[in-house]
Amino acid sequence: MTGILILLVYVAIFAISFLVVRFLVHKTTTDYTALKTVTFGDESAVKANRIASVVSVVTIFLIWGSFTGSSWVPGFVHAPGPFAGETSFVYTIETEDGQKDDATVFVRVADFGEETEKFEVDPGDGIAKNDAVGMPASRSTTIIFDKNDEVTRKDGAKVVAIDGVAIGAEGEIQTPAGRFTLTGKGAISFSPPKGLQMEPIWLPPPEAVVSRVVEIASEGYRDSTLAKHLGYSLFRVIAGFLFGALLGIPLGYAMGLSNWFRGWFEPIVEFMRPVPPLALIPLVIIWFGIGETGKIILLFLASLWIMAISARAGVSGVNISKVHAAYSLGASKYQIMRYVIVPNSLPEIFTGARVAMGVCWGTVVAAELVAATEGAGMMIMVASKFQLTDIVLMGIILIGVIGFGIDILMRKAENWLVPWKGRS
Amino acid sequence: MSGLSIENISMRFDLPNGTAVQALQDVSLHLKEGELMSVLGPSGCGKTTLLNIVAGFLAPTEGKIVMNNHTVAGPNAERGMVFQQGALFEWMDVRENVSFGPRMKGQTEAEWGQHVDHLLDVTGLGDFKDKAIYELSGGMQQRVALARCLANDPDVILMDEPLGALDALTREKMQGLVLKLWKETGKTIILITHSVEEALLLGERLLVMAPRPGRIHKEYRLPFAEMGVGADLREVKKADGYAETREEILEMIWNMEEEIMGRAEEMA
Repeated sequence: MTGILILLVYVAIFAISFLVVRFLVHKTTTDYTALKTVTFGDESAVKANRIASVVSVVTIFLIWGSFTGSSWVPGFVHAPGPFAGETSFVYTIETEDGQKDDATVFVRVADFGEETEKFEVDPGDGIAKNDAVGMPASRSTTIIFDKNDEVTRKDGAKVVAIDGVAIGAEGEIQTPAGRFTLTGKGAISFSPPKGLQMEPIWLPPPEAVVSRVVEIASEGYRDSTLAKHLGYSLFRVIAGFLFGALLGIPLGYAMGLSNWFRGWFEPIVEFMRPVPPLALIPLVIIWFGIGETGKIILLFLASLWIMAISARAGVSGVNISKVHAAYSLGASKYQIMRYVIVPNSLPEIFTGARVAMGVCWGTVVAAELVAATEGAGMMIMVASKFQLTDIVLMGIILIGVIGFGIDILMRKAENWLVPWKGRS
Repeated sequence: MSGLSIENISMRFDLPNGTAVQALQDVSLHLKEGELMSVLGPSGCGKTTLLNIVAGFLAPTEGKIVMNNHTVAGPNAERGMVFQQGALFEWMDVRENVSFGPRMKGQTEAEWGQHVDHLLDVTGLGDFKDKAIYELSGGMQQRVALARCLANDPDVILMDEPLGALDALTREKMQGLVLKLWKETGKTIILITHSVEEALLLGERLLVMAPRPGRIHKEYRLPFAEMGVGADLREVKKADGYAETREEILEMIWNMEEEIMGRAEEMA
């Protein structure tokens, strides 16, 4: 229910901001693209609208904040929260011999993050006595209404109405106080209005995630600080990738340059390439245990084939005229390798390295989910077992940010090292 | 015997389907030092195959190439090559490209610097020596290829449609440059081209090849290359005999193409 509402709100913001930007923001640029009349179908004329990107990110945080009652977003955009505070309702019991009596149940609903409290009320008079119940917000509670009454369910007494509304066995009614049902044994189950906000256990507000980041960055989680967890993951990725590249690139070159090497390694590489690294995790754990060795070997295997194939593609991709030209200019085989084949394959190798780093980063998190004593994946796995959703979210966001950061760094390095890529 | 001898070269490619293609049949010719020969012919007449054999990239099924009294067995710095396009090293700047040959020989910059800079000036690349290859136009890239070949000081320069990808104006300027460099350096040059005009302008000797099997059809000795050195090539085209020879060669190649088409129709 809430999900559909969120989707509708999201679509509405998408459409409204589109129309607003379309009619209020005029194109001020006069570059070549802005003057093109045919843009639908011309991919080169399609550029990301930066306003849309900003609104998109803001929208995600707005919806997140609004449906979690975040203090970061103003109160008027909050989705209706669950009922919290004091409420009460009157139940009516009827004994077997037709006697009726009313009593009031006072309920204190503790808001998210507050403790439920026990309290006492004046029992009042009559055969039914007043009750006092403490409960957390957004839940339901079963009220054993007759534990202080003079006539109990064992004596044949049963609830016939709540706040004057009749209710039968296992019936369900809705009153301004909330929703009531009678359990199979005749107890009252009470749910105060839940509102539309998420419980923090499902989705904590953004500020809770941020304060978790601060807390774990300084105090740590599971004996390691945040930097140490992320550092371990990064170290594994970089070590595994480096070993993979160190062996994979020469292997790819050998496969691109020698019949024998290609014949020998092609079946192995072509077989191993489609095996997802995740499928190797159990075997690696059996062979090497859950320590660093196993993880680095797993990431080595994840990057090895990718690097070998990209290096081979780099060699295959060399324009034969370049090699012929170099031979005609008197270059030796070693010089052809050093001055023609290696530089010519660098763009392919960089593409492969970007893919390999992405795969390694995904694989390390998955491997840590399975077994590890530190690392980003281990952190979110353990947190999820304790329903610490804020740590889980924090971990996911940081994993995403770091993965994105790695890719940006790789692209920067690529632009710097192989400026001729795609321009020959 | 100095110069370059092509002796009874035949080339047969065996295809995977069991048939064979006779790309060249018994081609022989001798080039004296400093001769400039252009080679013309319809597609599939084996021009490029012949050039690749002379360069040493392909071994002929029969015959041999003799140069400077030894048989050609592979590519060598004595036979430089200029390709149609795509043979420059994008990871080096213009000067590094041009100095590639000397550097591979282990020469220091003190040894090659002057020669390379002179060639860059001659080819009009003096102001672009530090540019990346992908920043240059197509015509400039071919100048780099030409300069790179010359910097290595080969005895024979093999050109495989070096100006084929250029626009008409740039092409004409480059033709003048080729003639100028030929005269200045005295190199032996074999130039393959698709353009009859280019073959006439740039060929002291002009070889017309016929297809299936690839063979020498006719050879001309022409005065236009000599006339064109340092002159306006458009004037050369008005010279006596130019138009007639052009018509004659065009007719010849046209007939060959017709024959190929006819044969293809018969087979169909």
